[in-house]
Amino acid sequence: MVEFFTNTNLGIVLLILGQCLLVLLPLLVALAFLMYADRKIWAAVQMRRGPNVVGVFGLLQSFADFIKYIVKEIVVPAGADRFVFFLAPMISFVLAVIAWAVIPFNDGWVISDINVAILYVFAISSLEVYGVIMGGWASNSKYPFLGSLRSAAQMISYEVSIGLIIIGVIISTGSMNFGDIVRAQDGNYGLFNWYWLPHFPMMFLFFISALAETNRPPFDLPEAESELVAGYQVEYSSTPFLLFMIGELTAVVLMCALVSLLFLGGWLSPIPGLPDGILWMVGKMAFCFFIFAMIKAITPRYRYDQLMRLGWKVFLPMSLGWVVIVAFLAKFEVLGGFWARWAIGG
Amino acid sequence: MTVAAFVFYVFAVTVLLGGLMTVVSRNPVHSVLWLILTFIASAGLFVLLGAEFVAMLLMIVYVGAVAVLFLFVVMMLDIDFAQLRAEMSKYLPLALLIGVIILMELAMAFGVWDFSDGFATRIAAPTGEAQNTAALGLLIYDQYIMLFQLAGLILLVAMIGAIVLTLRHRKDVKRQNPVAQMHRDPAKAMELKDVKPGQGL
Repeated sequence: MVEFFTNTNLGIVLLILGQCLLVLLPLLVALAFLMYADRKIWAAVQMRRGPNVVGVFGLLQSFADFIKYIVKEIVVPAGADRFVFFLAPMISFVLAVIAWAVIPFNDGWVISDINVAILYVFAISSLEVYGVIMGGWASNSKYPFLGSLRSAAQMISYEVSIGLIIIGVIISTGSMNFGDIVRAQDGNYGLFNWYWLPHFPMMFLFFISALAETNRPPFDLPEAESELVAGYQVEYSSTPFLLFMIGELTAVVLMCALVSLLFLGGWLSPIPGLPDGILWMVGKMAFCFFIFAMIKAITPRYRYDQLMRLGWKVFLPMSLGWVVIVAFLAKFEVLGGFWARWAIGG
Repeated sequence: MTVAAFVFYVFAVTVLLGGLMTVVSRNPVHSVLWLILTFIASAGLFVLLGAEFVAMLLMIVYVGAVAVLFLFVVMMLDIDFAQLRAEMSKYLPLALLIGVIILMELAMAFGVWDFSDGFATRIAAPTGEAQNTAALGLLIYDQYIMLFQLAGLILLVAMIGAIVLTLRHRKDVKRQNPVAQMHRDPAKAMELKDVKPGQGL
Protein backbone atom coordinates (compact mmCIF):
# COMPACT_ATOMS: atom_id res chain seq x y z
CA MET A 1 0.00 0.00 0.00
CA VAL A 2 2.78 2.43 0.92
CA GLU A 3 4.67 1.50 -2.25
CA PHE A 4 1.63 2.40 -4.34
CA PHE A 5 1.69 5.99 -3.01
CA THR A 6 5.46 6.48 -3.26
CA ASN A 7 6.42 4.59 -6.42
CA THR A 8 3.67 4.72 -9.03
CA ASN A 9 2.80 7.93 -10.88
CA LEU A 10 -0.90 7.63 -10.08
CA GLY A 11 -0.12 7.02 -6.43
CA ILE A 12 2.11 10.10 -6.22
CA VAL A 13 -0.54 12.28 -7.89
CA LEU A 14 -3.21 10.97 -5.49
CA LEU A 15 -0.90 11.53 -2.53
CA ILE A 16 -0.19 15.14 -3.54
CA LEU A 17 -3.88 15.78 -4.16
CA GLY A 18 -4.64 14.41 -0.72
CA GLN A 19 -2.01 16.66 0.85
CA CYS A 20 -3.42 19.69 -0.98
CA LEU A 21 -6.91 18.91 0.33
CA LEU A 22 -5.47 18.43 3.79
CA VAL A 23 -4.10 21.98 3.69
CA LEU A 24 -6.92 23.60 1.72
CA LEU A 25 -9.99 22.37 3.59
CA PRO A 26 -8.86 23.36 7.11
CA LEU A 27 -7.64 26.65 5.62
CA LEU A 28 -11.02 27.49 4.08
CA VAL A 29 -12.93 26.46 7.20
CA ALA A 30 -10.52 28.51 9.32
CA LEU A 31 -11.10 31.46 6.96
CA ALA A 32 -14.80 31.40 7.74
CA PHE A 33 -14.10 31.71 11.45
CA LEU A 34 -11.31 34.26 10.90
CA MET A 35 -13.77 36.41 8.97
CA TYR A 36 -16.14 36.12 11.94
CA ALA A 37 -13.29 36.91 14.37
CA ASP A 38 -12.33 39.94 12.28
CA ARG A 39 -15.85 41.35 12.53
CA LYS A 40 -16.21 40.48 16.22
CA ILE A 41 -12.92 42.18 17.15
CA TRP A 42 -13.83 45.19 15.06
CA ALA A 43 -17.21 45.35 16.80
CA ALA A 44 -15.72 44.89 20.27
CA VAL A 45 -13.33 47.81 19.77
CA GLN A 46 -16.24 50.01 18.72
CA MET A 47 -18.41 48.66 21.60
CA ARG A 48 -20.90 47.03 19.26
CA ARG A 49 -22.04 43.43 19.37
CA GLY A 50 -21.08 42.37 15.89
CA PRO A 51 -22.62 39.32 14.20
CA ASN A 52 -24.67 37.47 16.85
CA VAL A 53 -27.77 36.09 15.13
CA VAL A 54 -26.83 33.05 13.04
CA GLY A 55 -25.83 30.14 15.27
CA VAL A 56 -24.54 30.35 18.84
CA PHE A 57 -22.86 33.77 19.32
CA GLY A 58 -23.23 34.23 15.55
CA LEU A 59 -20.55 31.61 14.90
CA LEU A 60 -22.23 30.47 11.68
CA GLN A 61 -22.50 33.99 10.23
CA SER A 62 -19.74 33.38 7.65
CA PHE A 63 -21.48 30.24 6.37
CA ALA A 64 -24.76 32.13 6.00
CA ASP A 65 -22.88 34.84 4.09
CA PHE A 66 -21.31 32.14 1.93
CA ILE A 67 -24.71 30.75 0.91
CA LYS A 68 -25.98 34.26 0.28
CA TYR A 69 -23.08 35.06 -2.06
CA ILE A 70 -23.45 31.80 -3.95
CA VAL A 71 -27.17 32.09 -4.69
CA LYS A 72 -27.21 35.76 -5.69
CA GLU A 73 -27.42 36.82 -9.31
CA ILE A 74 -24.21 37.52 -11.21
CA VAL A 75 -24.40 40.94 -12.83
CA VAL A 76 -22.06 41.78 -15.69
CA PRO A 77 -21.81 45.49 -16.55
CA ALA A 78 -22.58 46.52 -20.13
CA GLY A 79 -19.38 46.96 -22.11
CA ALA A 80 -17.38 44.82 -19.72
CA ASP A 81 -14.69 42.54 -21.09
CA ARG A 82 -16.45 39.33 -20.06
CA PHE A 83 -13.45 37.00 -20.23
CA VAL A 84 -11.11 39.22 -18.19
CA PHE A 85 -14.00 40.19 -15.91
CA PHE A 86 -14.42 36.59 -14.74
CA LEU A 87 -10.74 35.72 -14.98
CA ALA A 88 -9.77 38.40 -12.43
CA PRO A 89 -11.52 36.96 -9.33
CA MET A 90 -10.36 33.46 -10.24
CA ILE A 91 -6.74 34.64 -10.47
CA SER A 92 -7.14 36.43 -7.18
CA PHE A 93 -8.41 33.27 -5.48
CA VAL A 94 -6.07 30.76 -7.11
CA LEU A 95 -2.92 32.81 -6.42
CA ALA A 96 -3.87 33.26 -2.80
CA VAL A 97 -4.33 29.50 -2.42
CA ILE A 98 -1.31 28.12 -4.31
CA ALA A 99 1.18 30.02 -2.16
CA TRP A 100 0.30 27.63 0.69
CA ALA A 101 2.05 24.80 -1.15
CA VAL A 102 5.39 25.79 0.36
CA ILE A 103 4.29 26.95 3.82
CA PRO A 104 5.37 24.45 6.51
CA PHE A 105 3.11 24.03 9.54
CA ASN A 106 5.50 21.82 11.47
CA ASP A 107 8.96 20.38 10.89
CA GLY A 108 8.54 18.70 7.49
CA TRP A 109 4.79 19.25 7.27
CA VAL A 110 4.84 20.92 3.88
CA ILE A 111 3.46 19.91 0.48
CA SER A 112 6.51 21.01 -1.52
CA ASP A 113 9.82 21.50 0.29
CA ILE A 114 11.61 23.54 -2.40
CA ASN A 115 14.92 25.41 -2.16
CA VAL A 116 13.54 28.78 -3.20
CA ALA A 117 10.35 28.60 -1.13
CA ILE A 118 10.53 32.20 0.08
CA LEU A 119 11.10 33.51 -3.45
CA TYR A 120 8.11 31.45 -4.60
CA VAL A 121 5.85 33.05 -2.01
CA PHE A 122 7.24 36.48 -2.91
CA ALA A 123 6.60 35.82 -6.61
CA ILE A 124 3.03 34.70 -5.93
CA SER A 125 2.29 37.70 -3.75
CA SER A 126 3.68 40.00 -6.43
CA LEU A 127 1.29 38.41 -8.93
CA GLU A 128 -1.72 39.11 -6.74
CA VAL A 129 -1.87 42.64 -8.11
CA TYR A 130 -3.13 41.20 -11.42
CA GLY A 131 -6.48 40.17 -10.00
CA VAL A 132 -7.02 43.74 -8.87
CA ILE A 133 -5.84 45.48 -12.05
CA MET A 134 -7.72 43.13 -14.38
CA GLY A 135 -10.90 43.35 -12.31
CA GLY A 136 -10.80 47.14 -12.34
CA TRP A 137 -10.06 47.41 -16.04
CA ALA A 138 -12.55 44.77 -17.21
CA SER A 139 -15.43 46.38 -15.31
CA ASN A 140 -15.42 49.24 -17.86
CA SER A 141 -16.33 51.73 -15.16
CA LYS A 142 -14.56 54.75 -13.68
CA TYR A 143 -14.36 53.97 -9.96
CA PRO A 144 -13.12 50.38 -10.30
CA PHE A 145 -10.47 51.57 -12.74
CA LEU A 146 -9.26 54.33 -10.42
CA GLY A 147 -9.21 51.81 -7.58
CA SER A 148 -7.17 49.32 -9.58
CA LEU A 149 -4.63 51.94 -10.64
CA ARG A 150 -4.16 53.01 -7.03
CA SER A 151 -3.76 49.40 -6.02
CA ALA A 152 -1.17 48.66 -8.70
CA ALA A 153 1.03 51.55 -7.57
CA GLN A 154 0.57 50.70 -3.90
CA MET A 155 1.29 46.99 -4.13
CA ILE A 156 4.39 47.46 -6.29
CA SER A 157 5.76 50.12 -3.92
CA TYR A 158 5.48 48.00 -0.78
CA GLU A 159 6.67 44.82 -2.49
CA VAL A 160 10.08 46.45 -2.81
CA SER A 161 10.54 46.90 0.92
CA ILE A 162 9.08 43.44 1.66
CA GLY A 163 11.66 41.95 -0.71
CA LEU A 164 14.54 43.82 0.93
CA ILE A 165 13.45 42.78 4.44
CA ILE A 166 13.26 39.15 3.28
CA ILE A 167 16.83 39.49 1.94
CA GLY A 168 17.97 40.41 5.44
CA VAL A 169 16.45 37.20 6.81
CA ILE A 170 17.99 35.17 3.97
CA ILE A 171 21.44 36.63 4.74
CA SER A 172 21.06 35.60 8.38
CA THR A 173 19.95 32.08 7.48
CA GLY A 174 21.97 31.33 4.39
CA SER A 175 19.01 29.56 2.81
CA MET A 176 15.69 30.36 1.15
CA ASN A 177 13.92 27.30 2.49
CA PHE A 178 11.31 27.95 5.18
CA GLY A 179 12.35 24.84 7.10
CA ASP A 180 15.95 26.07 7.25
CA ILE A 181 14.83 29.57 8.23
CA VAL A 182 12.82 28.24 11.17
CA ARG A 183 15.50 25.75 12.23
CA ALA A 184 18.04 28.62 12.22
CA GLN A 185 15.89 30.31 14.88
CA ASP A 186 16.11 27.30 17.18
CA GLY A 187 18.28 27.67 20.26
CA ASN A 188 18.56 27.47 24.01
CA TYR A 189 16.77 30.69 24.84
CA GLY A 190 13.34 30.04 23.37
CA LEU A 191 11.75 33.17 21.98
CA PHE A 192 14.95 35.22 22.33
CA ASN A 193 16.52 33.10 19.59
CA TRP A 194 13.90 34.07 17.05
CA TYR A 195 14.59 36.59 14.31
CA TRP A 196 12.39 39.31 15.78
CA LEU A 197 15.26 40.23 18.08
CA PRO A 198 18.20 40.40 15.64
CA HIS A 199 15.94 41.87 12.95
CA PHE A 200 14.03 43.98 15.44
CA PRO A 201 13.00 47.08 13.46
CA MET A 202 12.40 45.08 10.29
CA MET A 203 9.68 42.93 11.83
CA PHE A 204 7.48 46.01 12.21
CA LEU A 205 8.38 47.30 8.77
CA PHE A 206 7.46 43.91 7.34
CA PHE A 207 4.18 43.91 9.20
CA ILE A 208 3.22 47.39 8.00
CA SER A 209 4.29 46.56 4.44
CA ALA A 210 2.16 43.43 4.66
CA LEU A 211 -0.82 45.62 5.59
CA ALA A 212 -0.24 47.73 2.49
CA GLU A 213 0.45 44.72 0.25
CA THR A 214 -2.84 43.08 1.21
CA ASN A 215 -4.84 46.34 0.99
CA ARG A 216 -5.82 46.20 4.64
CA PRO A 217 -6.67 49.31 6.66
CA PRO A 218 -5.07 51.81 7.20
CA PHE A 219 -3.84 51.31 3.62
CA ASP A 220 -7.12 50.16 2.02
CA LEU A 221 -7.08 53.00 -0.51
CA PRO A 222 -7.95 50.79 -3.50
CA GLU A 223 -11.34 50.29 -1.90
CA ALA A 224 -11.67 53.56 -0.02
CA GLU A 225 -15.43 53.64 0.18
CA SER A 226 -15.73 57.35 0.84
CA GLU A 227 -13.93 58.17 -2.40
CA LEU A 228 -14.20 55.18 -4.72
CA VAL A 229 -17.33 53.33 -3.49
CA ALA A 230 -15.63 49.91 -3.20
CA GLY A 231 -12.70 50.33 -5.59
CA TYR A 232 -12.11 47.51 -8.04
CA GLN A 233 -14.94 45.42 -6.56
CA VAL A 234 -17.74 47.88 -7.37
CA GLU A 235 -19.16 45.97 -10.32
CA TYR A 236 -18.71 42.51 -8.84
CA SER A 237 -21.54 40.58 -7.25
CA SER A 238 -22.28 37.07 -6.09
CA THR A 239 -19.61 34.36 -6.49
CA PRO A 240 -16.96 36.50 -8.26
CA PHE A 241 -17.15 38.95 -5.36
CA LEU A 242 -16.88 36.04 -2.93
CA LEU A 243 -13.75 34.84 -4.72
CA PHE A 244 -12.19 38.31 -4.43
CA MET A 245 -13.02 38.41 -0.75
CA ILE A 246 -11.65 34.92 -0.03
CA GLY A 247 -8.54 35.74 -2.04
CA GLU A 248 -7.97 38.92 -0.07
CA LEU A 249 -8.47 37.23 3.29
CA THR A 250 -6.27 34.27 2.32
CA ALA A 251 -3.52 36.72 1.39
CA VAL A 252 -3.86 38.28 4.84
CA VAL A 253 -3.57 34.88 6.54
CA LEU A 254 -0.60 34.07 4.30
CA MET A 255 1.10 37.25 5.50
CA CYS A 256 0.39 36.14 9.10
CA ALA A 257 2.06 32.80 8.31
CA LEU A 258 5.04 34.62 6.78
CA VAL A 259 5.50 36.85 9.84
CA SER A 260 5.30 33.74 12.06
CA LEU A 261 7.85 31.83 9.99
CA LEU A 262 10.31 34.64 9.35
CA PHE A 263 10.32 36.47 12.67
CA LEU A 264 8.42 34.47 15.29
CA GLY A 265 10.07 31.09 14.95
CA GLY A 266 7.31 29.17 13.14
CA TRP A 267 6.53 25.96 15.02
CA LEU A 268 9.21 26.49 17.67
CA SER A 269 8.14 26.75 21.28
CA PRO A 270 8.73 30.18 22.90
CA ILE A 271 9.65 28.61 26.25
CA PRO A 272 12.66 26.26 26.32
CA GLY A 273 11.58 22.79 27.37
CA LEU A 274 8.06 22.81 25.96
CA PRO A 275 7.62 20.63 22.86
CA ASP A 276 7.58 22.34 19.43
CA GLY A 277 4.62 21.69 17.19
CA ILE A 278 1.88 22.80 14.87
CA LEU A 279 -0.09 24.38 17.74
CA TRP A 280 2.58 27.05 18.19
CA MET A 281 2.48 27.83 14.47
CA VAL A 282 -1.30 28.13 14.44
CA GLY A 283 -1.23 30.16 17.65
CA LYS A 284 1.30 32.61 16.22
CA MET A 285 -0.71 32.99 13.03
CA ALA A 286 -3.86 33.65 15.08
CA PHE A 287 -1.95 36.23 17.15
CA CYS A 288 -0.78 38.01 13.98
CA PHE A 289 -4.32 37.98 12.63
CA PHE A 290 -5.57 39.49 15.88
CA ILE A 291 -3.10 42.36 15.44
CA PHE A 292 -4.28 42.76 11.81
CA ALA A 293 -7.88 42.97 13.02
CA MET A 294 -7.01 45.42 15.81
CA ILE A 295 -5.17 47.68 13.38
CA LYS A 296 -8.22 47.67 11.14
CA ALA A 297 -10.34 48.79 14.08
CA ILE A 298 -8.14 51.51 15.57
CA THR A 299 -6.32 53.29 12.73
CA PRO A 300 -7.67 55.99 10.41
CA ARG A 301 -7.03 55.64 6.67
CA TYR A 302 -3.88 57.11 5.16
CA ARG A 303 -3.93 59.81 2.52
CA TYR A 304 -2.60 58.55 -0.81
CA ASP A 305 0.44 60.85 -0.98
CA GLN A 306 1.33 59.89 2.60
CA LEU A 307 1.12 56.23 1.61
CA MET A 308 3.50 56.70 -1.31
CA ARG A 309 5.86 58.83 0.76
CA LEU A 310 5.96 56.19 3.50
CA GLY A 311 6.71 53.43 1.01
CA TRP A 312 9.40 55.09 -1.08
CA LYS A 313 10.98 57.69 1.21
CA VAL A 314 10.85 55.93 4.58
CA PHE A 315 10.56 52.15 4.21
CA LEU A 316 12.74 51.71 1.13
CA PRO A 317 15.83 53.56 2.50
CA MET A 318 15.42 51.91 5.91
CA SER A 319 15.15 48.38 4.59
CA LEU A 320 17.92 48.93 2.03
CA GLY A 321 20.18 50.29 4.76
CA TRP A 322 19.31 47.33 6.96
CA VAL A 323 20.37 44.88 4.24
CA VAL A 324 23.82 46.53 4.20
CA ILE A 325 24.06 46.61 8.00
CA VAL A 326 22.95 43.00 8.44
CA ALA A 327 25.40 41.88 5.75
CA PHE A 328 28.24 43.43 7.77
CA LEU A 329 26.95 42.05 11.07
CA ALA A 330 26.68 38.57 9.57
CA LYS A 331 30.00 38.68 7.72
CA PHE A 332 32.02 39.66 10.80
CA GLU A 333 29.90 37.44 13.09
CA VAL A 334 29.18 40.20 15.58
CA LEU A 335 27.94 38.95 19.01
CA GLY A 336 29.08 35.41 18.27
CA GLY A 337 27.00 34.93 15.15
CA PHE A 338 23.81 36.54 16.41
CA TRP A 339 23.07 37.60 12.82
CA ALA A 340 24.96 34.74 11.15
CA ARG A 341 23.09 31.60 12.06
CA TRP A 342 24.73 29.69 9.19
CA ALA A 343 28.11 30.28 10.82
CA ILE A 344 27.24 28.76 14.19
CA GLY A 345 25.54 25.76 12.65
CA GLY A 346 22.05 26.84 13.75
CA MET B 1 5.98 9.61 -22.24
CA THR B 2 7.28 10.49 -18.81
CA VAL B 3 5.60 13.05 -16.57
CA ALA B 4 8.47 15.50 -17.10
CA ALA B 5 8.16 15.20 -20.88
CA PHE B 6 4.39 15.72 -20.71
CA VAL B 7 4.81 18.82 -18.53
CA PHE B 8 7.51 20.10 -20.90
CA TYR B 9 5.15 19.84 -23.88
CA VAL B 10 2.36 21.57 -21.94
CA PHE B 11 4.65 24.50 -21.09
CA ALA B 12 6.22 24.59 -24.57
CA VAL B 13 2.83 24.70 -26.30
CA THR B 14 1.69 27.39 -23.85
CA VAL B 15 4.76 29.50 -24.62
CA LEU B 16 4.19 29.23 -28.37
CA LEU B 17 0.44 29.85 -28.10
CA GLY B 18 0.97 32.78 -25.75
CA GLY B 19 3.56 34.31 -28.07
CA LEU B 20 1.32 33.89 -31.08
CA MET B 21 -1.71 35.35 -29.32
CA THR B 22 0.40 38.28 -28.07
CA VAL B 23 0.94 39.24 -31.70
CA VAL B 24 -2.50 38.54 -33.18
CA SER B 25 -4.74 39.72 -30.33
CA ARG B 26 -6.95 42.59 -31.35
CA ASN B 27 -7.06 44.18 -27.92
CA PRO B 28 -3.67 45.43 -26.63
CA VAL B 29 -4.60 44.59 -23.04
CA HIS B 30 -5.27 41.00 -24.07
CA SER B 31 -1.88 41.02 -25.79
CA VAL B 32 -0.17 41.93 -22.53
CA LEU B 33 -2.12 39.22 -20.68
CA TRP B 34 -1.01 36.61 -23.23
CA LEU B 35 2.55 37.90 -22.85
CA ILE B 36 2.25 37.32 -19.09
CA LEU B 37 1.08 33.76 -19.75
CA THR B 38 4.15 33.29 -21.94
CA PHE B 39 6.42 34.52 -19.14
CA ILE B 40 4.81 32.17 -16.63
CA ALA B 41 5.12 29.17 -18.97
CA SER B 42 8.80 29.97 -19.61
CA ALA B 43 9.32 30.12 -15.84
CA GLY B 44 7.83 26.61 -15.78
CA LEU B 45 10.37 25.51 -18.43
CA PHE B 46 13.20 26.88 -16.26
CA VAL B 47 11.89 24.85 -13.32
CA LEU B 48 11.95 21.73 -15.50
CA LEU B 49 15.59 22.49 -16.36
CA GLY B 50 16.36 22.55 -12.64
CA ALA B 51 16.99 26.32 -12.63
CA GLU B 52 14.42 27.20 -9.98
CA PHE B 53 16.18 30.42 -8.95
CA VAL B 54 16.07 31.83 -12.48
CA ALA B 55 12.44 30.76 -12.77
CA MET B 56 11.47 32.63 -9.63
CA LEU B 57 13.43 35.72 -10.74
CA LEU B 58 11.58 35.63 -14.05
CA MET B 59 8.30 35.55 -12.15
CA ILE B 60 9.23 38.33 -9.73
CA VAL B 61 10.97 40.70 -12.13
CA TYR B 62 9.14 40.21 -15.41
CA VAL B 63 5.67 39.09 -14.38
CA GLY B 64 5.51 40.87 -11.03
CA ALA B 65 7.03 44.20 -12.03
CA VAL B 66 7.75 44.77 -15.74
CA ALA B 67 4.49 43.32 -17.07
CA VAL B 68 2.48 45.26 -14.48
CA LEU B 69 3.99 48.46 -15.85
CA PHE B 70 3.24 47.31 -19.42
CA LEU B 71 -0.35 46.65 -18.43
CA PHE B 72 -0.49 49.98 -16.62
CA VAL B 73 0.64 51.88 -19.71
CA VAL B 74 -1.43 49.93 -22.23
CA MET B 75 -4.61 50.41 -20.21
CA MET B 76 -4.07 54.16 -20.16
CA LEU B 77 -3.55 54.40 -23.92
CA ASP B 78 -6.34 55.72 -26.05
CA ILE B 79 -6.09 53.50 -29.11
CA ASP B 80 -8.29 53.25 -32.16
CA PHE B 81 -8.45 49.49 -32.67
CA ALA B 82 -9.76 49.65 -36.26
CA GLN B 83 -6.91 51.88 -37.34
CA LEU B 84 -4.46 49.63 -35.57
CA ARG B 85 -5.66 46.60 -37.51
CA ALA B 86 -5.41 48.46 -40.81
CA GLU B 87 -1.82 49.35 -39.98
CA MET B 88 -1.11 45.74 -39.13
CA SER B 89 -2.16 44.46 -42.56
CA LYS B 90 0.09 47.11 -44.10
CA TYR B 91 3.16 45.96 -42.24
CA LEU B 92 2.38 42.23 -42.40
CA PRO B 93 4.60 41.40 -45.44
CA LEU B 94 7.60 43.18 -43.92
CA ALA B 95 7.07 41.44 -40.57
CA LEU B 96 6.78 38.06 -42.27
CA LEU B 97 9.98 38.73 -44.21
CA ILE B 98 11.88 39.58 -41.00
CA GLY B 99 10.45 36.50 -39.30
CA VAL B 100 11.52 34.20 -42.13
CA ILE B 101 15.02 35.73 -42.15
CA ILE B 102 15.44 35.18 -38.39
CA LEU B 103 14.14 31.62 -38.71
CA MET B 104 16.64 30.89 -41.51
CA GLU B 105 19.48 32.40 -39.52
CA LEU B 106 18.64 30.25 -36.54
CA ALA B 107 18.37 27.15 -38.73
CA MET B 108 21.75 27.89 -40.30
CA ALA B 109 23.39 28.54 -36.94
CA PHE B 110 22.06 25.34 -35.39
CA GLY B 111 22.63 23.35 -38.59
CA VAL B 112 26.40 23.77 -38.39
CA TRP B 113 26.52 23.43 -34.58
CA ASP B 114 29.13 20.86 -33.68
CA PHE B 115 27.90 18.73 -30.79
CA SER B 116 30.60 16.78 -28.99
CA ASP B 117 29.95 13.22 -27.85
CA GLY B 118 27.81 12.80 -24.78
CA PHE B 119 26.87 16.48 -24.53
CA ALA B 120 23.43 15.58 -23.21
CA THR B 121 24.87 14.17 -20.00
CA ARG B 122 27.10 17.18 -19.48
CA ILE B 123 24.40 19.85 -19.87
CA ALA B 124 22.14 18.04 -17.41
CA ALA B 125 21.64 19.79 -14.09
CA PRO B 126 24.41 18.91 -11.64
CA THR B 127 23.06 16.85 -8.80
CA GLY B 128 24.31 16.81 -5.26
CA GLU B 129 25.78 19.56 -3.11
CA ALA B 130 25.69 22.72 -5.20
CA GLN B 131 22.29 24.42 -5.22
CA ASN B 132 21.94 26.62 -8.23
CA THR B 133 21.09 29.66 -6.07
CA ALA B 134 24.39 29.35 -4.23
CA ALA B 135 26.26 28.49 -7.44
CA LEU B 136 24.87 31.57 -9.20
CA GLY B 137 25.75 33.72 -6.19
CA LEU B 138 29.35 32.50 -6.24
CA LEU B 139 29.63 33.15 -9.99
CA ILE B 140 28.12 36.63 -9.89
CA TYR B 141 29.59 37.96 -6.65
CA ASP B 142 32.97 36.21 -6.57
CA GLN B 143 34.12 35.31 -10.03
CA TYR B 144 32.53 38.05 -12.14
CA ILE B 145 32.05 40.74 -9.50
CA MET B 146 33.61 43.49 -11.67
CA LEU B 147 31.44 42.78 -14.70
CA PHE B 148 28.36 42.54 -12.49
CA GLN B 149 29.08 45.86 -10.79
CA LEU B 150 29.79 47.46 -14.17
CA ALA B 151 26.42 46.29 -15.47
CA GLY B 152 24.80 47.72 -12.35
CA LEU B 153 26.62 51.02 -12.89
CA ILE B 154 25.37 51.24 -16.48
CA LEU B 155 21.81 50.72 -15.27
CA LEU B 156 22.31 53.39 -12.60
CA VAL B 157 23.56 55.88 -15.21
CA ALA B 158 20.59 55.08 -17.44
CA MET B 159 18.21 55.58 -14.53
CA ILE B 160 19.75 58.90 -13.51
CA GLY B 161 19.67 59.99 -17.16
CA ALA B 162 15.97 59.20 -17.44
CA ILE B 163 15.23 61.09 -14.23
CA VAL B 164 17.29 64.13 -15.24
CA LEU B 165 15.59 64.26 -18.65
CA THR B 166 12.05 64.15 -17.23
CA LEU B 167 12.45 66.04 -13.95
CA ARG B 168 11.18 69.57 -13.93
CA HIS B 169 10.40 71.62 -10.90
CA ARG B 170 7.00 73.19 -11.22
CA LYS B 171 6.41 76.29 -9.21
CA ASP B 172 2.69 76.57 -9.92
CA VAL B 173 1.52 73.52 -7.97
CA LYS B 174 0.90 73.20 -4.25
CA ARG B 175 3.04 70.56 -2.59
CA GLN B 176 2.47 68.61 0.59
CA ASN B 177 4.99 69.12 3.35
CA PRO B 178 4.51 66.19 5.76
CA VAL B 179 6.91 67.54 8.39
CA ALA B 180 5.08 70.86 8.57
CA GLN B 181 1.77 69.00 8.66
CA MET B 182 2.90 66.82 11.53
CA HIS B 183 4.10 69.76 13.60
CA ARG B 184 0.98 71.82 13.25
CA ASP B 185 -0.29 73.23 16.50
CA PRO B 186 -4.03 72.75 17.18
CA ALA B 187 -4.11 76.10 18.95
CA LYS B 188 -2.94 77.90 15.79
CA ALA B 189 -4.84 75.78 13.33
CA MET B 190 -8.32 76.27 14.72
CA GLU B 191 -10.27 78.69 16.76
CA LEU B 192 -13.27 77.84 18.93
CA LYS B 193 -16.05 80.41 19.07
CA ASP B 194 -18.97 80.40 21.41
CA VAL B 195 -21.90 81.36 19.21
CA LYS B 196 -24.79 82.95 21.03
CA PRO B 197 -28.23 81.81 19.86
CA GLY B 198 -29.95 84.28 17.58
CA GLN B 199 -26.81 86.40 17.07
CA GLY B 200 -24.50 84.43 14.80
CA LEU B 201 -20.92 85.49 14.25
